[in-house]
Amino acid sequence: MDFLAPTTWADALAAKAEHPDALPVAGGTDVMVEINFDHARPPALLDLTRLPVLREWARDGGRIRLGAGVTYARVIDELGATLPGLAMASRTVGSPQIRNRGTVGGNLGSASPAGDSHPALLAADTTVEVASVRGVRLLPIGEFFTGVKRSALAPDELIAAVLITPPSGPQQYCKIGTRNAMVIAVSAFGFALHPDRRGVGTGIGSAAPTPRRAPAAEEFLAGELEAAGLWDSRGALPDGLAREFGHRVRDAASPIDDVRGTAAYRLASLSVMARRAATWAWDAHRSAACGPSDEDPPVRMHP
Amino acid sequence: MRITLTVNGARHDVDDVWEGESLLYALRERMGLPGSKNACEQGECGSCTVYLDGLPVCSCLVAAGQAQGREVTTVEGLADGERLHPVQQAFVECGAVQCGFCTPGLIVSTHDLLEHNARPSDPEIREALAGNLCRCTGYEKILDAVRTAARTLSAEQP
Ligand SMILES: Cc1cc2nc3c(=O)[nH]c(=O)nc-3n(C[C@H](O)[C@H](O)[C@H](O)COP(=O)(O)OP(=O)(O)OC[C@H]3O[C@@H](n4cnc5c(N)ncnc54)[C@H](O)[C@@H]3O)c2cc1C
Ligand code: FES
Ligand code: FES
Repeated sequence: MDFLAPTTWADALAAKAEHPDALPVAGGTDVMVEINFDHARPPALLDLTRLPVLREWARDGGRIRLGAGVTYARVIDELGATLPGLAMASRTVGSPQIRNRGTVGGNLGSASPAGDSHPALLAADTTVEVASVRGVRLLPIGEFFTGVKRSALAPDELIAAVLITPPSGPQQYCKIGTRNAMVIAVSAFGFALHPDRRGVGTGIGSAAPTPRRAPAAEEFLAGELEAAGLWDSRGALPDGLAREFGHRVRDAASPIDDVRGTAAYRLASLSVMARRAATWAWDAHRSAACGPSDEDPPVRMHP
Repeated sequence: MRITLTVNGARHDVDDVWEGESLLYALRERMGLPGSKNACEQGECGSCTVYLDGLPVCSCLVAAGQAQGREVTTVEGLADGERLHPVQQAFVECGAVQCGFCTPGLIVSTHDLLEHNARPSDPEIREALAGNLCRCTGYEKILDAVRTAARTLSAEQP
């Protein structure tokens, strides 16, 4: 095995072009498990931890450009108020030790249907910036996931960053697991209200071959809020609206039975999480009218 | 390959490191530091917790090559010679150790918690230790040890 440890982004891209079989390793929290258990024997490891550019985040126009190597712990500490949905999702990942190492870019690289950052990134309309010696590609996050643990990343490409517009309204993240720590989601749901464009964002986790949005549910809820004049009045949600939204989110999923849970439970839990997330977010939106709050929203875990 | 790193304040040059091996393996098998334990090799148990550039991490999930040029502190680096660190002393006094496999990781995690939060509440302790599993003691005595260590340390630095 080779160990490639580039110290500049240009060298990293050159190394990946020259060794497309090299396995990138960032926090190692997925890669090292594979190696320790003999499930992976790549010809080379490509260490990404010596690339300062991957560990940076910055404002880029109206967006936040979050380097692929930023850890969950830093998202929580540094971006809790700016990217609340992603920070809420990050708080549910693994344990303090895992959050100190695990990165958003590594989560995307693994492209697990259960990756916790994915529903939050989907709901927030994120763009994934990937790069190679051939140039940079900007992929809408919905196009990034192509199958179970498969992504649109080409063999010579690395994930450089994600581009996220800070939200114009409240966000939520809900996750079902057997414990309050160290769990892979049985099912998960990310939600964002976009009052600036009168839209709604969703992300479903662990309930389809890939993380995915629920576009029909998004259109339904945004349309009903519009029809009732609620985007302007910030009135209470009509009876049954959040429940119907939950059903439509559920209908967008296509889960399987596995060791963590049954398909039926995943569908039922998604519908409940979506109803609650929409209700909590709308309530926060209504109270935000009374003045901004810079407090981090609480994480809600279920059950 | 050869890696050079600082462990517990001392520089180590380590030869014949396999490119896929973990920092945990290198510490235990190549540097003679068996304090950090190998109980799962998949990040679940926290027995291998060490500081890497000041942050507690699972050393089983760090490639040894990633530690090149970095600073590592293991449980062996917390005591002052023969004098145990108050966190270690508290684990002994409270009977928070049975087989001892989880202990080094719990001590590093507790050390880190108390560096940042001198008087943690019980929920804060549980949250900070969520990545450390003990299969023997039951967590009551471990929590006692953390509370005791917090008291000792705050008494030392009023
Ligand atoms: C005990 C434990 C608990 C966990 N709990 C959770 C959890 O609750 N939720 C969750 O979502 N995940 C969890 N995970 C999985 C893992 O921590 C996450 O997927 C994490 O985000 C991976 O990030 P990393 O930096 O460690 O990735 P690595 O292991 O370094 O890499 C993961 C994959 O991404 C690729 N990669 C990494 N960076 C790049 C890049 N910049 N460009 C291209 N490819 C790249 C690698 O080649 C590899 O295929 C857990 C893992 C462990 C061991
Ligand atoms: S041995 Fe590293 S977490 Fe269990
Ligand atoms: S004392 Fe045996 S695992 Fe904790």
